[in-house]
Amino acid sequence: MIYQTLWNNLPYLAEGAAMTVALAVALLVIGLAVGTALGLSQSYGAWPLRWGATLIERLFRAIPAVVLLFLFYYGISGFYDISSFAAAALALGLRSAAYQSQIFRGAIASVPSGQMAAARATGLTRRQAITAVVLPQALRQAIGPWTNEALSELKDTSLAYTIGVVELMRQADYIVSANYGHTLAVYGAAAVMYLLLSLAATWLLHRADAQLRVPGFAHS
Amino acid sequence: MSDWLAFALDNLPALLHGTIYTVEIWVVAMVVGFITGWVLAVLRVYGATPLRWLAIGYIELIRGTPLLVQMFIIYLGLPQVGIVFSPLVAAMIAIGINTSAYQAEYFRGGIRAVRAGQTAAARALGLSRFQTIRYVVVPQAFRIALPQWANEVVLELKYTSVAFAISVPELMGEAKMIGASSFRYFDVFLVAALIYLVLVTVVTVVLDWVERRYALRH
Amino acid sequence: MSDQPLMRVSGLHKRFGDKTVVRDVSFTLARGEVKGIIGPSGAGKSTLIRCLNGLEPIEAGQVWLEDTELTARGADLDTLRSRIGFVFQDFNLFTHLTVRRNVTLALIKVKKLSRHDADHIAERELARVGMADKLEAYPAELSGGQQQRVSIARALAMEPELMLFDEPTSALDPQSVGSVLRVMRQLVAEGMTMIIVSHEMAFIEAVADDVLFMVDGAIVEEGSAQQIFHQPQQDATARFIDGIAAALIGDGGDEPASR
Repeated sequence: MIYQTLWNNLPYLAEGAAMTVALAVALLVIGLAVGTALGLSQSYGAWPLRWGATLIERLFRAIPAVVLLFLFYYGISGFYDISSFAAAALALGLRSAAYQSQIFRGAIASVPSGQMAAARATGLTRRQAITAVVLPQALRQAIGPWTNEALSELKDTSLAYTIGVVELMRQADYIVSANYGHTLAVYGAAAVMYLLLSLAATWLLHRADAQLRVPGFAHS
Repeated sequence: MSDWLAFALDNLPALLHGTIYTVEIWVVAMVVGFITGWVLAVLRVYGATPLRWLAIGYIELIRGTPLLVQMFIIYLGLPQVGIVFSPLVAAMIAIGINTSAYQAEYFRGGIRAVRAGQTAAARALGLSRFQTIRYVVVPQAFRIALPQWANEVVLELKYTSVAFAISVPELMGEAKMIGASSFRYFDVFLVAALIYLVLVTVVTVVLDWVERRYALRH
Repeated sequence: MSDQPLMRVSGLHKRFGDKTVVRDVSFTLARGEVKGIIGPSGAGKSTLIRCLNGLEPIEAGQVWLEDTELTARGADLDTLRSRIGFVFQDFNLFTHLTVRRNVTLALIKVKKLSRHDADHIAERELARVGMADKLEAYPAELSGGQQQRVSIARALAMEPELMLFDEPTSALDPQSVGSVLRVMRQLVAEGMTMIIVSHEMAFIEAVADDVLFMVDGAIVEEGSAQQIFHQPQQDATARFIDGIAAALIGDGGDEPASR
């Protein structure tokens, strides 16, 4: 019976879900680190830095995720025995960095220029003004779009299936091939799990947002 | 380098053949998504409560699950209940459904941004509810939603690459086949990447021009 | 002039939430009559006039256009609205259409005219309001006064039996006000039946056959322009008129002019 099969294989699906989450976290962390660097370069860098950052960003946003996954996996495998998980985290992480850099750039641009002016007027150096005055405000502005990006990446981890990462999709695949006739139910269950993961992630991110909220500071 | 170039040129015809499928899927899916998206958006904003909830449910379900899952369900799952699609058609339907949910949200935002006075003026002239939505609200709503819609168009072009997972011989699928037979995976995917780059750049330039001409600030 | 009034309003009651905005309003409008509605801000004048073509639903009362009850359940509002012209304070021209298309849209979709006939009428009405040279312009390219004149042409093109004006000049700068009032005066001379909500007292006094003075959603006094402006029967009316006169003279009187 369908429910019996699903129940029996729940542990495997859960394993897949855990891998999905792990991959999502890994790629988001990479994306955050590199994305911030790219965003700052585009907002404040000298023109060579700005151009370089823009080039990287354009490249990683124009090439589809699956192509990037294959490029990284097969490209790096040539000279280093990389796991498919690492390749996926790297490929999707850098792609996310490109999208995140745009979010940060927009957030920085939305901080009124008067803030920077006031900071410099009190004697802060450019660097200090950026880190102590502009970035904290930009961060809060970025939370909304960043949440959207994070949820989007959670779903995109499913693409890592194509280079062999054993996340939720691949687990579902294994179960389907092992149990003839339950295709619809198993993939349906996988879909439901993604929905639950999305809901959990949304809740978590809203909690984080609430923690960071500054009274009276309007943001989207 | 010249070796790679030779390899690239040798396989270009096959890859371009795949690209035709890519564009086919993209165009059909976008048209399906556009029409469905508008229907959903109008239901969402103007529909009676049960219809509204139906639209919301559909939108949240599609936006909350990955495209790959949707594609597998349509291509591999539906045959279980007797509905069978070819890989190409399944891909078109899956991507079409997927984009319709996102487009619906952008259109909905656009509809809400059209000023209430426009609707009042249209009704005051005697235009019916349907006529008002069709001739006054939707044209303006679309122009307002244009930037987000244009973004979605480019995004879906890239997501057609997922169709290779259900054996559609589009660009990605062709590349994988060439990779499997030549073992030069990285080389062929590099060519594929370049082709996507060209496609995306061209489409982006065209859409930017359209945006500049027609987008409405509200 | 036939005996039957063109419009009859009886016991109109309108609430927004728990606030009564229009209170037991009744009046009749004869064919060819020009009725002015004046009063302090928040008196419910705009809401009242919006009830007259069904733009606002009402809680109680009836509105009759000749023999047809607008407020009846199942009334064909779309057809009724095509017989009533409405001019908004904010003009509400369709921003995505040219001036020409703004005027022809309803002609084609509601009156089912051919594009050729519709264009003909549009050109005629736009010439009537002095906007014949702006056929292909978009609303955003026009001044406020120009937009309002186009919106009047748009309403006139439907050949309505009566025209409703909801503070047609309140959103205009002083220079443009004159151009719009001139068009309205022309309509009065041509015998159009009109209800005008306005703060332009001199204009109302000059053109209105009958004036309604409203406060807090109720009609305080109804009478000829002569009566309302020069021999008000009610204290409230007198105070309102005095306040306006004082403001006009620049008296700095104790009552601020309620404009």
